[in-house]
Amino acid sequence: MKLLSAGWLILGTLSAFGAGAASREMSEIPGGVYRPQYGTKDEQVEVESFVLDNYAVTNADYLEFVTENPRWRKSQTPQIFADAAYLKHWIADLDPGPDSGPEGMSPVTNVSWFAARAYCRWSGSRLPTLAEWEFAARASESKPDAIGDVDFRQRILDWYAKPAKPPLPKVTDGFINVYGVTGLHGLVWEWVSDWNSVLLTGESRVDAGLERQLFCAGASAGSADPSDYAAFLRFAMRASLQADYAVGNLGFRCAKDRSPN
Amino acid sequence: MRVSILITIAWLFLATMLPATHVSHAAEVKGEEHAVLTAAPSVPPLITRKHSTKVIVELEVRERVGTIAEGVEYTFWTFGGTVPGRFIRVREGDQVEFHLKNHPDNKVPHNIDLHAVTGPGGGATSSFTPPGHESIFSFAALNPGLYVYHCATAPVGMHIANGMYGLILVDSKKGLPKVDREYYVMQGDFYTVGSNGDTGLQTFSMEKALREDAEYVVFNGSVGALTGDHALQAEVGETVRLYVGNGGPNLVSSFHVIGEIFDEVRIEAGDAINRNVQTTLVPAGGAAIVDFKVDVPGTFILVDHSIFRAFNKGALGMLKVTGKPNTAVYSGQQDQRIYLPEGGAVQTTPEPAPKPKLAANKAERIEMGRGAYQTNCVACHQADGQGIAGAFPPLAKSDYLNADVNRAIDTVLSGLQGEITVNGEPYNNVMPSLGLSDEKIANILTYVLNSWDNDGGEVSPAQVSKRRKK
Repeated sequence: MKLLSAGWLILGTLSAFGAGAASREMSEIPGGVYRPQYGTKDEQVEVESFVLDNYAVTNADYLEFVTENPRWRKSQTPQIFADAAYLKHWIADLDPGPDSGPEGMSPVTNVSWFAARAYCRWSGSRLPTLAEWEFAARASESKPDAIGDVDFRQRILDWYAKPAKPPLPKVTDGFINVYGVTGLHGLVWEWVSDWNSVLLTGESRVDAGLERQLFCAGASAGSADPSDYAAFLRFAMRASLQADYAVGNLGFRCAKDRSPN
Repeated sequence: MRVSILITIAWLFLATMLPATHVSHAAEVKGEEHAVLTAAPSVPPLITRKHSTKVIVELEVRERVGTIAEGVEYTFWTFGGTVPGRFIRVREGDQVEFHLKNHPDNKVPHNIDLHAVTGPGGGATSSFTPPGHESIFSFAALNPGLYVYHCATAPVGMHIANGMYGLILVDSKKGLPKVDREYYVMQGDFYTVGSNGDTGLQTFSMEKALREDAEYVVFNGSVGALTGDHALQAEVGETVRLYVGNGGPNLVSSFHVIGEIFDEVRIEAGDAINRNVQTTLVPAGGAAIVDFKVDVPGTFILVDHSIFRAFNKGALGMLKVTGKPNTAVYSGQQDQRIYLPEGGAVQTTPEPAPKPKLAANKAERIEMGRGAYQTNCVACHQADGQGIAGAFPPLAKSDYLNADVNRAIDTVLSGLQGEITVNGEPYNNVMPSLGLSDEKIANILTYVLNSWDNDGGEVSPAQVSKRRKK
């Protein structure tokens, strides 16, 4: 009887948020080649076609996940998989509360890499790779590669430069890029599967020792584009993380390989 | 295995034999205290203890919107909520335990490089911290001096350009000579997408930062941070010490105090002392300690003597000194006389000067006024009469101008001094008398009245002549 009423409660909470994972839409990102920010002048990264969530995972989406997977509830998750800040903006295990945005439509943040990865698996997908994410994020509303566009770059930088307080904007806010994906810039940082594959030390200026083309990451003449400060900020952010870290402006979205047909 | 044991034994043996100075550092440290951190222009109290201690420094990084100039906001990245960051004071030989906290609402990771640290990255390697986390590292304050600290996270230039710098003073064991007042002044250059004076929330322009084309150069984080009610204070007879830092990111400061001579400058905040210095260079990422005695009352202006930065970009502060005048040191104005290089007699020219052409009608008057305006007025009031905000009032659509034609004539005739309000903005400046003829004044004013949405009308030479005789 007790169990039953708990179940009802959960259902009640869920329906309050309505949309949930049902709102999931994905877009195909046709593959291609790009020159990564951290690489030699001739280095090219090839990205195969893949499918990416149109929106970052919302608090409402995440509530469904923890409802079905009790071990990922904030009170249940072992600290080695998510630090003390895990879902700290939620009121309780199954109550995202006001900081999750209207109808829980703000991107879920304060989630560790382990948790993000588990969510994507649960939803039948995976985290995008660093290369996939960066490739998709080069697109503006009108072209697949707008990174050389000063206005586009400044717009990204403007967001990075402004502090954000909860609740965060809805995942549907922001511009839709040429692939149909929203919020890669201007919403939150996003986990990728191999976020730590670019090895930077905490001391940006000596990373030359690790990546010989680079000196002083802030103005490294050897990087792909020394004036792409927005990319430097993303790589700095990723380099500061560990897989159990939960951070207030860090969320995620999921990806899939393109289906064979 | 045996080899390693042998090495260990040899090492232990050696360690005990080493001179005390090499290993004794930790042994001298007694007790523990929390550092008092202050926002500029305040400096933490003098350290009076005579022994080394463990000093715990807790510094929180906040990304927050603040004011860089009147009506202009900017998202500063700060050490402790202010630009420059909190002043840290420790003593030579202290063991510093540094806690760097990155507030959870912040967007980006940060770290800290203290130039006072002997070690890789000046602490930056050990303090790389994402939002919502805290890093702890320790260092020994080996070298006395005044040091800059700053964030060194990629992109380094942007973190510094957003205000992430401050000063840490390592007092020598002997201490600096005692002074009456200590202040914290730190210069920085800022790069906004909008031009200087464009209001609203401005964002960082990496394009301008790369070109080193600063829109603002300021002391203590904003235009006016050290002027008016925020001016530094001292009394006649006191000694003043300024801990001057320069966060950059790009510009070197030619630090000068108008009307003072630095009695002593600790050059680049090191041990070398230079005396009787007018202007001292403060490198980006460097500091200087300047001491001087204030002998007379008045307002002394702190500037970066790369002077357009001072008067047009904000690098201007004030030190207000109160007390009794000392006329032996500075008399004040004793007299002002007419100066006629050729003597007092009426000047005659051998040939009569050609008669200037007079305007025959209003249209000609306007046209001739346009020319005279270009020669006499445009430098201050600008080509379209828009003036320069904060310095020279506008003539375009000017309520002050249109309200009273006689007042306008008087102003051009005799000049104007003191505070006036034009289109709701206060101006306090000096306009000199330009010594123009009645005809020219009439032409200029008629041109101005019929330009830039002013109310129109015509001023005649006779009107000017009448005002001149008043």
